[in-house]
Amino acid sequence: MQSDDKVLIELYTTMLTIRRFEERLVREVFAGNIPGFVHSYIGQEAIAAGVCRHLTKRDRIVSHHRGHGHCIAKGADLKRMMAEIYGKKTGYCKGKGGSMHIADFSVGMLGADGIVGAGLPISTGAAFAAQLEGRGDVAAVFFGDGACNEGEFHEALNLAGIWKLPLLFVCENNQYGVNTPAAYAMAAGEISRIPKAHNIPCRVVFGNDVEEVHRVAGSAVAGIRKGGGPFFLECRTYRWHKHFLSQGLEDLRPAAELEEWKRKCPVASFEKKLRGRGVLSPAKIRTIDDRILRRVEEAHAFALRSPYPQPQDALQDIYST
Amino acid sequence: MRKITYDQAANEAIQEEFRKNPRSVHMSTDLAADLAEEFGTDRIRVTPIAENSLVGAAIGLAGSGFRAVVNLRMATFGFVALDQMMNHAAKITYMFGGQAKFPILIRMTVGAGFSGAAEHSISPYSMFMNVPGLKILLPTTPYDVKGLLKTALGDPNPVISFEPFMLGRTETEVPEKEYFIPFGKAAVRRRGTDVTVVALGRMAHEALEAAAEVEGKISVEVIDPRTLVPLDRDSILRSVRKTGRLVVVDEACRTCSAASEIVALATSDRPTFARLRAAPAQVCGLDVPIPFSPPMEKFVIPDRAKILRAIRGAMRRPST
Repeated sequence: MQSDDKVLIELYTTMLTIRRFEERLVREVFAGNIPGFVHSYIGQEAIAAGVCRHLTKRDRIVSHHRGHGHCIAKGADLKRMMAEIYGKKTGYCKGKGGSMHIADFSVGMLGADGIVGAGLPISTGAAFAAQLEGRGDVAAVFFGDGACNEGEFHEALNLAGIWKLPLLFVCENNQYGVNTPAAYAMAAGEISRIPKAHNIPCRVVFGNDVEEVHRVAGSAVAGIRKGGGPFFLECRTYRWHKHFLSQGLEDLRPAAELEEWKRKCPVASFEKKLRGRGVLSPAKIRTIDDRILRRVEEAHAFALRSPYPQPQDALQDIYST
Repeated sequence: MRKITYDQAANEAIQEEFRKNPRSVHMSTDLAADLAEEFGTDRIRVTPIAENSLVGAAIGLAGSGFRAVVNLRMATFGFVALDQMMNHAAKITYMFGGQAKFPILIRMTVGAGFSGAAEHSISPYSMFMNVPGLKILLPTTPYDVKGLLKTALGDPNPVISFEPFMLGRTETEVPEKEYFIPFGKAAVRRRGTDVTVVALGRMAHEALEAAAEVEGKISVEVIDPRTLVPLDRDSILRSVRKTGRLVVVDEACRTCSAASEIVALATSDRPTFARLRAAPAQVCGLDVPIPFSPPMEKFVIPDRAKILRAIRGAMRRPST
């Protein structure tokens, strides 16, 4: 097997893992088995997979409310993720965070953040740390089009720009902030005009094409590691589910638009390419998928059999000692 | 012993602790020149005026194994950074189940009395006391600010130091030998037996002057909590049980203030309540934005005369 093929299969495996994990959650949320808000990453898998493939454990990422994909792509453990989403003691945050606040500092995943745009300033600190450490590490921050209208977004771009921080901005432009179209909410029209105004190089990619994301992110990360300063990657994509998984929440996006984007499924289209090129056979795909489904099943079973925290555990971890 | 100002003492604390810890970073919108000279501009960064992002960057640094200090100048500017302070700094230790430490020190000035008007004068510490996860300092002397900041710079948590603007140039003796002041330990500034005055921030000085004025007639005990989170409940309650009278002085507006919290603390503690000989009094800022013009500003914030009135009022036999 060529090394390129190995990378492609890894990318495919990461994307499919995210997809299967999220599909399982969709079922469980609508069955009423999971408390709170779950924001599904389905439709955007190529971005987390394509970017994180270039990052080491020492590279730090900051994620957002739709963060499961970033956790998985950065190497977080499915069991502890699932347990956290179920509010169990064995979860990453001992049940104190839930779906929106999964973090795994041991793999450089500095946490998902539930306030739109708020991860951006935090990521400048992570990049500042990498700059001071001087080992060529980078930070990456994921955020949506909605965050681009927050003041923190502009502040973070400015700070990264003046300090030449080793920071990759990854905008997952899924075109809606809840139900508000980016086309309405943003005077600049094109997101990419904003980093350019801050003198930060920018590339716009089709966010459902993992190879394109991977290729452009690769050269961006390489440039950042060499001291080239921040880079902005806008990935055009679409989420398949409502803002968060809910019977009640309205989805005001045009149905035809969603159908059109489902035909551009990042996982299916990549799978088709890999089959066409002979990188993956149907049998091999089956094997990969079975293994992933088994891992998701194990994670789910782990979450279910894990104990809830004791009520009084609520009083722990307010401060570090 | 040498005398130095409050601001110099604070600076010394940072210098001493930064020498020990090369993984410590300072950010402020004005260059901290003497820090930059000693530690270089890699670690001592002058920043754009973007308060929210500075606190955010501090969180990211802390989550990446650094210690971060942010000087936001004034508490009113600090309001620009409320998202990062209240939604993130305060919560992430907890929200992430304690898997990482966030050693952050955020400094800002508080108080009124210098015709700064409403957008440069405020004492908002009780708002922050209401957000669990932060430690809150209110140092009132050069000696205390140094000792408390040194402790803050060894603490693995987000700490906010509210420093009364009017005290920046005040001088007292500060030893050259290293020392630390633990959090949650009030200073009894003056011993007394008739009335307990718990005085916050700059009011600790006003209260001492008031106590001196009635010396020989009323024996006033003056307590300066020094840190609001953690709050030294025991020292306050012990004193009130002894004197049976409580006056709390706080420059902040009265509604939902640290003062009202301290009164509630005393009145909801049964043994303390049982020993109260007078209704606890609060001498607080009036519930208005701080006005610019000196006579109006003086009217709305507490001073020695108002404290004296409250002390004398507490001594009066309650009407039956």
